[in-house]
Formats: sequence, structure tokens, C-alpha cells
Amino acid sequence: MNTILLNMIHVAVVLTVPPLLLGVINKTKAWFAGRRGPPVLQPYYDLRKLIVKGSVFSETTTWVFRFGPVVGLATALVAAAIIPLGQRDAPLSFVGDMILFAYVLSLGRFFTMAAALDTGSAFEGMGSAREATYGCLAEPVLLFGLLVLAKVSMMAGVSESLSMNGMLGESLTKEWSVAGASMLLVLISWFIVLLVENSRIPFDDPNTHLELTMIHEVMVLDHCGPALAMILYGAAVRLFIFAALVVRLAIPLQSGFALWNWGLFLVGVLAVAVGVGIVESIMARLRLTVIPNLLVGAGVLVAFGLVLVLSH
Amino acid sequence: MAVGLLAGCGLGVAAITQFLIGGASAPLSLQSPIAAARFTIEIDAISVVFLVPILLVSAGAVVYGLSYWKQSEHEENGRRLSFWLGLLTAAMMLLVAARDGILFLLAWEVMAVSAYFCISVEDEDANTRQASWLYLSASHLATLCLFGVFALMAAATGTFGFVSLTGVSPALMNVMFLLALIGFGTKAGIMPMHIWLPGAHAQAPSHVSAIMSGVVIKMGIYGLVRMVSLVDVPPVWWGVVLLTLGVISGVLGVAFAIGQHDIKRLLAYHSIENIGIIVMGLGLAVLGRSLGRPDWVVLGMAGALLHVWNHATFKSLLFFSAGSVIHATHTREIDQLGGLQKTMPATAFFFLIGAVAICGLPPLNGFVSELFIYLGLFQSLAVESKASFAAAAFAAPALALIGGLAVACFVKVYGTVFLGAGRGEHVQHAHEASLSMTGPMAVLAAVCVLIGMAPRLVAPLLQQAVNTWTGKVVPEVYQLASVAPLGWISVGAATLVGLLAVIGLVLHWRLIAAERATSLTWDCGYAAPSPRMQYTSSSFAEMLVDLFRWALIPQKHAPRVRALFPDDKEFYSHTPDIVLDRVVRPIVAFLYRVFFFFRYMQQGNMQAYLLYILVMLVVLLMWR
Repeated sequence: MNTILLNMIHVAVVLTVPPLLLGVINKTKAWFAGRRGPPVLQPYYDLRKLIVKGSVFSETTTWVFRFGPVVGLATALVAAAIIPLGQRDAPLSFVGDMILFAYVLSLGRFFTMAAALDTGSAFEGMGSAREATYGCLAEPVLLFGLLVLAKVSMMAGVSESLSMNGMLGESLTKEWSVAGASMLLVLISWFIVLLVENSRIPFDDPNTHLELTMIHEVMVLDHCGPALAMILYGAAVRLFIFAALVVRLAIPLQSGFALWNWGLFLVGVLAVAVGVGIVESIMARLRLTVIPNLLVGAGVLVAFGLVLVLSH
Repeated sequence: MAVGLLAGCGLGVAAITQFLIGGASAPLSLQSPIAAARFTIEIDAISVVFLVPILLVSAGAVVYGLSYWKQSEHEENGRRLSFWLGLLTAAMMLLVAARDGILFLLAWEVMAVSAYFCISVEDEDANTRQASWLYLSASHLATLCLFGVFALMAAATGTFGFVSLTGVSPALMNVMFLLALIGFGTKAGIMPMHIWLPGAHAQAPSHVSAIMSGVVIKMGIYGLVRMVSLVDVPPVWWGVVLLTLGVISGVLGVAFAIGQHDIKRLLAYHSIENIGIIVMGLGLAVLGRSLGRPDWVVLGMAGALLHVWNHATFKSLLFFSAGSVIHATHTREIDQLGGLQKTMPATAFFFLIGAVAICGLPPLNGFVSELFIYLGLFQSLAVESKASFAAAAFAAPALALIGGLAVACFVKVYGTVFLGAGRGEHVQHAHEASLSMTGPMAVLAAVCVLIGMAPRLVAPLLQQAVNTWTGKVVPEVYQLASVAPLGWISVGAATLVGLLAVIGLVLHWRLIAAERATSLTWDCGYAAPSPRMQYTSSSFAEMLVDLFRWALIPQKHAPRVRALFPDDKEFYSHTPDIVLDRVVRPIVAFLYRVFFFFRYMQQGNMQAYLLYILVMLVVLLMWR
């Protein structure tokens, strides 16, 4: 009974909270720029508006173009079911679930890029080529981090050390005390992965529609109406997932009170959104050619973390 | 011919069924025509694991060939091709059943030679002749090494049969391992011994490429698996070498693939990548054997063997669908194609299934085998040893990099060939492939989905093969069903498919509820976009090729545009094979100069060659 209830809360949070993060980011940026900015709930209004709109499809496109947003959203939701949120256990949890997590997100990327190429537009081809390149480099960073966590949780004596629940579960305090330096390196590099995977500054600029500088926005140029709503929602869920990863890694949620855990978790996720907003306000977008260097750098950083725990 | 081959495949299936129902057969031993040697044949679980893809892919290729390589369209070589194709299949079936060195080598040579005649079927083309010669020379280098292996084995154990090598001196075993690695590795296409593979796969007819890539190169893997199974506790460095070679083949194979714009060369480089993944699994299993870790053995070996199946299915599926495209458009150049999704919907769909599967993405079969290998690599963290350090620290992130690069590469191919708008006259008359071509693709695609959604179905056979490989039954707690989340993979896949269906229906409902219109692609205000403005596969890959330029050494021909009204200029880029062009060719050229005087003996007279052999034999007998 208790598990069913907790799983229902999990699903409800995944379904409702993500767009709020986009609102918080925008509010933070507005605050930094000295503007009032759109209301925090604006992304919800946008979604409601888009879902009832009509659509215009390019003559070049096929079913793949319409299938792209569907896969993007479905894969993000599956990934969200694997990560433990406020409470210890995620609904979809098993030995090796972290690989499903990484690969299901990859599936979403596959179809988003394919849908972009389906329009036959040079711009969307460009965006999709960039997404492919950065995706390749971000994936090993994520995996190095998972390896470090697996090793650290083995050292901390967690029973299910090869699942997300085990790695980000109840013995996190112990994990930090066993190998704090490595955990910190993972945290930093995963924050970088969060920025890349969600196309935020300094890797991409979510605001510059119709410019050649960006990645994610240019891939969805031709989508509109309900399909665009699904893309926006899927992007929000993706941001939420990575924020949740970072929060679960940074804050051990080990008090016995479910309500307190959930509250702390949600505050943490919103704090990550504020952090992203701050990064976007104080940094400029990097030159495209520099981005791979930064990603490789993040990978090497977390590889150091792995060396630290392995030579323990 | 085709009927005969299908009937043969049917008999093979009957044999497998008998094995699955009745368990291992007693070895069949026959007096061979060569004195002092007996031919032994036996079918065990490892043989069955390799027999299944041989039968599946060969049967598919034969049906596919009925329309792809019609006798009426290829009068000069149609019959020849089906003869050698049949012999190739038979040789492979004999190979996996052979239990002694002589019969094994016999089958191996028949396989190598008939594969040569299959590849060289269009020998009026100079490129084909060159590629098949390269294949034949590489293949014979491999056979030479295998002669060494089996001669050493016979010298050490006193028999040509496959018996345990316990008690053989470590130095001798190491030499045998290295020879086997070169011999079997050349056939399998492990980098840097892959030089023959891209050309041969590209020049052969597509259904032959499917058999070559799907099963022939797996015979190299079979040889390695069988060889290592004879050694009780292999040295740790064997596993480390295999893992390292696996990582190199995997990463560089896919990196080279990204640089290609010939669709079949590209698929060929992906074979090298997937062989890399299989060898990683094998390396992990060997390490587990050396260090006494049954869970690594089970996950590594099961992952490697399942990946053998998976690669056989999705790669032949990809070669079949690429073949349909080539059949319909008469070009292999990716950048000349485009928009085929509309004219060839079934082929496009099957290519997409193959592409998702080969990238190792859920819910298809590639994900399952890669998950096994990942889990094994993660398990290796639990042990404090240098080997585990190497395994985990390099192999697991390398596998992630391979996955990411494969996604990039297959989005590139699928997007350029099937999506967008057609680029030129080749796609004008494209038409959907006939039923005898799409039929085999449908069967292979169904296998990809089935294994991906319900891996529990294949687990018992894999477990049995692992037991055979280790020579003992693995304890219950370390069996595949206990160490791998077989049921959960199905749950995850079903959740994904369910969500896709629900969200797809919601989108469909919203789309029909509101008004819809069609228009031109939005090109940032440009009103007359043309297909030539699309991103090509070379432009898609440019950033990634640039990242790997230290290994790929791509060649660009880029003229400078100077005047205000410049003339027509041409740009092209090309990624040649560095091992072939920068290592093998110079060495061969050097040998050619040094041994020039030998040409005096090579006059092309059959009687002279026979005489040489006789003299050599007599000299050897006297020396003995």
C-alpha cells in the first residue's frame, strides 16, 4: 500500500513539476536583468495554448517527423521512472537500470535528430549534427560518473550497488564520507552534463530562435502545435531528471519523514533551476569549437574521480 | 539451387531442434582419407549458438537473392554465385561441428575460398578484383597462423582432437594464443587486422555482404571461443589484450564508419565496431576465468554470444535494406540519395529497425547484449586488481562512447538516405523492393524485436553454451537468469512501448482535432529551398570526423574561392583506411622489392608448381 502510494506520488511529481523549472529559470534570468519577467507558471500556459493549436507540416516530412516528439517525451518519462526522487525507491528499479536510463535517453535523441533531418532543411541538419557530436561526448561522462557511484556504493556496503536506487539511496552520507572528493568530481561533471543535455548556456542558447548558433531549438524549428507542446514538455522532463540526479547526489535524503524528504527534494530541484538561471545570466555562450574541449575536460575530471576510488 | 539450400537449412534446423530437445549428441568419429587422422563431428551448445545465425542468415540471403541477383539479369554469374553461396554455408556448418584440427582447417579453407568466389562475382570490375585479392591474401595469412596453432596443439597433446590443454607449458600456450589471435582475429576483422573487410563487404553483392558480415566473420569469434575453452585458467594478460583490442576495434571502427559515404563500406566498418563489442565481452569472460569470477564469465560470455546473434540479425537486416536501395537507385553513395522513405516505405522501416538495434537502444535486441556486457564490466569494480581497473576504467565508458557514435552514424545514414528530399536523378525512379526481398527483412526485424522484448527466451541456450565453455555447470547464483535482469528488461521495454503508443495516440487525437495544413519547410524565410541545400552525410559527420582526425587522417580537397564571381569549384572529403594505406601497403611494397627475384620461380606453370611441392615434401621427409 505504502509503495503504491509513493509510486503514485513519484508519477504525479514527474508529470506536474517539470515545466515549473523552466519558469523558475526564466524568472531568475529576468531578475538578474532587472526585468519583471513572465510569470513562473508561464510554461504551463504555453503548453495549454500549444496543445489546442492547429498544425502546419512541411511537404517534405513523413511519419518520422511526427514520431520524433512522441519518442522524445516517452523516453524522458521512462528515464524519470528510473531515478529515485524524494523517497528512496523509484518505481522502475533493477540491477543495471542505470544503463537503461542512459540508453533510453539516447533513443530519444536518435528520433529527435531523425525528425529534424526529415524536414530537409539545412538549419535543422546543422542542429542535429551538433546534437549528435555533443551527445557522443556527454554519454561517457555520464557513464564514468555512474562507475564512480557504483564503486563508492560498493565500498560503502550498499546491497544493490548496481541500480540507481542503490547508488543514490540511503547510504549517501556514508558514500560522501568514504570518497568525498570523487563524489564532488561526479557532481561537477554531471552539472556540466545537465547543461549540455538540456541545451543551456554556455553550450547552447535556448532564447535565440532562428539563429545558426544553437542546437536544440534549431532542430525543432518546423514543429508546431501539439507536437511542439510535446517537445517542450519532454525537454522540461529531461531538465527535471538531470536536476533530480544532481539533487539526489548532493543532498542525502535520509530522514524518516516522507513529507520532509519530498519537500527538501523539491526545494533542491528548484534551487538547481535557479543555479541554471544564474549560470545563464552571468555567462556568455561558448564558441561552438570550444564545447567539445569542455566536454572532454569534464570526462577527464570524472575519470580522475574513478582513479581515486579504484586506487583506494 | 535456392530450394536445395533452403532444404539444407531445414535439415540444420532439425538438428538444432534435436539438440534442444534431446541434449548433446554423442561425437561422430569417421576414418578420414588421410592416414593417422580421424574426422570427429559433434554438436554442443556453442555449436548450436553459432549454427542458428548461419542458418537464419543464409536462408534469408537465398530468398533475398532470388530477386536481388536474378539469374535472368546475371546470366554470366548467377549460377556460379548460388553454387559458392551454398558451399560457403555448408562449410560454415561443418566448421562449427568439427572437433579436430584437420577437419576444422579443411572446413575453414573451403569457407575462405568459397567466400572469395562469392565476393569476386563481379570480377569485371577492377575494384572488385582488388578487394577480393586483398581478402584472399589476408585470409591465407590467417590460415597460415591457424596451421601453426593446430600443429603446436598436436605436438603438445599428441592428437589433432580438441582436448584440454592443461599441462601444456605456458610459453607454448602463449604462442598458440597469439597465433590464434592473429588467425581468427583477421577473419573476424579485429582492428588492426581488419584491412580486407571494408573493401570486400562493399564490393560483394548485398546478400553476400550480409552473410559475410552476419556470419562469416563470426567464425573467427567461434574459433577464439573454442580455443580459449580448452585452457582451464588462462593468464590474466589474455583477457586484458582481448579487452584492449575490443575497445580499439569498437571505438575506431565506428569512428571510421562516420567518415564513410559509401553505404556498404560504412556498414562494413560497423561490423568491425560490433566485433569489437563481442571481443570486449569475450575478454571479460576470459578475465573472469583467470581470476575465478563466475559472474564475469557468465555476463561476458552470454553478452558476447548474444551479440553474435544480434549482430547477425541486425547487420544482415541492414545489408538487405541497403541492397534494396542500391537495387532501386544503382548507387552506393549516401550523398546521392534522400527522401526514399516515401518511395520505399517498407525498406525504410526495416532499415530504421536495424539502425535502432545496432545502436544498442531499447527496446530492441542490441540493448540486451550490451547491457550484459555493461553489467559484467560494472561487476568488475568489486575486485581490487589491476585487470579490473583496466576493464572498468576504459571498457565501460568506451562502450558508452561507441554507443553515442553509433547513434550519430546511423542518424546520419538513415537521415540522408531515407529522410528529407531526394538529391538528384538516382532517386527519381526508386521503387519498393519485391516481396522476396522485404520478406527476409521482416523475419530478421521480428527477431530483433523478439529478443529485445523477451530476452528470457534465449537465456537457457546461452547459459548452456556458457556451461559448455567453462566445462562445468555454473552455480545457480551466478547463472544468467540470476545475474541479469531478464524480466526487468521486458518490463522496461513494455513500459517504453506502452508509453509510445499512448503518447502517439494523444498526438494523433490532437492532430485530427485541430486544423492541419501543409507548406514548405521553414528555411528561415527562404522561399525556394532546394534538395541541394540539405545537410549531406559529409557535412553531418564533419565535426565528429574532425574530433577523430588524429586517428582517421581524413583527406579534404577544398579549393579556395577567391574572385568576386568565382568559377565552379569542387569540394570533396575522403576517409581512407590508415592501416591499409599507411602500414600494410608500404610493407607489401617493400617485400615486393626484396623478393623480386622470386618471380623467376613464379612462371605460372602448373607442372612446375607441382614439382616444387614434391621436392619440398621429399626434403622434409629426408630431414625428418
